[in-house]
Amino acid sequence: MAGTRGYVNRRLHSLLGVIPIGIFLIQHLTVNYFATRGPEAFNAAAHFMESLPYRYVLEIFIIFLPLLFHSIYGVYIAFTAKNNLGNFSYFRNWMFMIQRVTGIITLIFIAWHVWETRIAIGFGWAELNYQLMEGILTEPFFFWFYIIGVISTTFHFSNGLWSFFVSWGITVSPRSQLMMTYASIVIFVAISYVGVRTLIQFAYGI
Amino acid sequence: MSENKTITFIITRQDHPDEPSYEEKFEIPYRENMNVISALMEVRRNPVNAEGKDTTPVYWDMGCLEEVCGACSMVINGTPRQSCTALVDQLEQPIRLEPMKTFPVMRDLAVDRSRMFDSLKKVKAWIPIDGTHDLGPGPKMAESKRQWAYELSKCMTCGVCLEACPNVNDKSDFIGPAALSQVRLFNSHPTGEMNKSERLQTIMDEEGLMGCGNAQNCVQACPKGIPLTTSIAALNRDTAIESFKSFFGSDKQI
Repeated sequence: MAGTRGYVNRRLHSLLGVIPIGIFLIQHLTVNYFATRGPEAFNAAAHFMESLPYRYVLEIFIIFLPLLFHSIYGVYIAFTAKNNLGNFSYFRNWMFMIQRVTGIITLIFIAWHVWETRIAIGFGWAELNYQLMEGILTEPFFFWFYIIGVISTTFHFSNGLWSFFVSWGITVSPRSQLMMTYASIVIFVAISYVGVRTLIQFAYGI
Repeated sequence: MSENKTITFIITRQDHPDEPSYEEKFEIPYRENMNVISALMEVRRNPVNAEGKDTTPVYWDMGCLEEVCGACSMVINGTPRQSCTALVDQLEQPIRLEPMKTFPVMRDLAVDRSRMFDSLKKVKAWIPIDGTHDLGPGPKMAESKRQWAYELSKCMTCGVCLEACPNVNDKSDFIGPAALSQVRLFNSHPTGEMNKSERLQTIMDEEGLMGCGNAQNCVQACPKGIPLTTSIAALNRDTAIESFKSFFGSDKQI
């Protein structure tokens, strides 16, 4: 039944955004943050991640397949909405619209980011080290491209976490939903700091 | 003093369901305590537009005139609401009237809300009590619960929440918040609860519960103050448990 499939797809879309993609995002930003301790620390951390056992299995099932599903189905969701902020400029309606816009920005950013790093490394065009990211981020255009991409990603995750709590019936009462709004703002600020701080390290060495 | 005072209306009109819409301006003599409907009646009495030309009277739907039937809903100055409780003195002029275009426009301000009634059928928004013999009185309902359920029962299927929802549009089949909240109402009734699973199954698809994107305009727009988003979140919990039970299996059938 198409109806049941739609139901499972939506549930899966909501779940995958947090587990595993959201968890991977936090792990990824955390490992990258080693860069603030200098190139050696970053290289050591990156090498550790690179040399994890059955790495391709982890990459395919924890990163690529969930990301592909979440992004393709997400584009479909984004384009079935008809935004109406003109007449309904409420906070949640803004979040609804920004969630869809950041989803598209994040998709473009991640596609480029994966191409430039993981795929380039896979083909042997680049080597995974501090210098790779330094080379990309010292170019002002790409520095700002990454700033927008990272903040868009952290926003999409934080606000998506709020929606996840509603979609799975965890936060039902208006009060619990409001508390979760505050929590998601704190999460957004915290992980944005981690991401942006790392970018500044690569770009300016400070 | 009030003899010369007029109110300006800009009304989006449409002569036929398949024809394009157009705007027409009207100047209506002011009377005290007018609502949008009494102004529309004035247009009907004297169908002359602001340019002084004869025109067809503006058509709209109405019923109870006390905000309980939902028939006279339209978009007034950008906000979907009932025209019977839209008081002219409280509206900014020119007053813009448009039909709720989420629904098929039949003529001028009248729309066809059939899809909402179809949704109520889809979600089985009733309590089946007919049998071949007298089933006797049903289980009792706590007074506190009755009062709470009464709030959900205030829904008049007016369509304002569907008009406000960014996910109810021609690109999606989302049934909208109104019918979903009715599932919660009937599922919380002591007798209705006996068909809880069945009702939940009807909304476990993309057109049902999963069509919601949490923009939460519906709860802001609802003229009856129904906690629509709380209903949706509660149903998200109920259906999560329901799908867990139906997938992994359980001997508990309710």
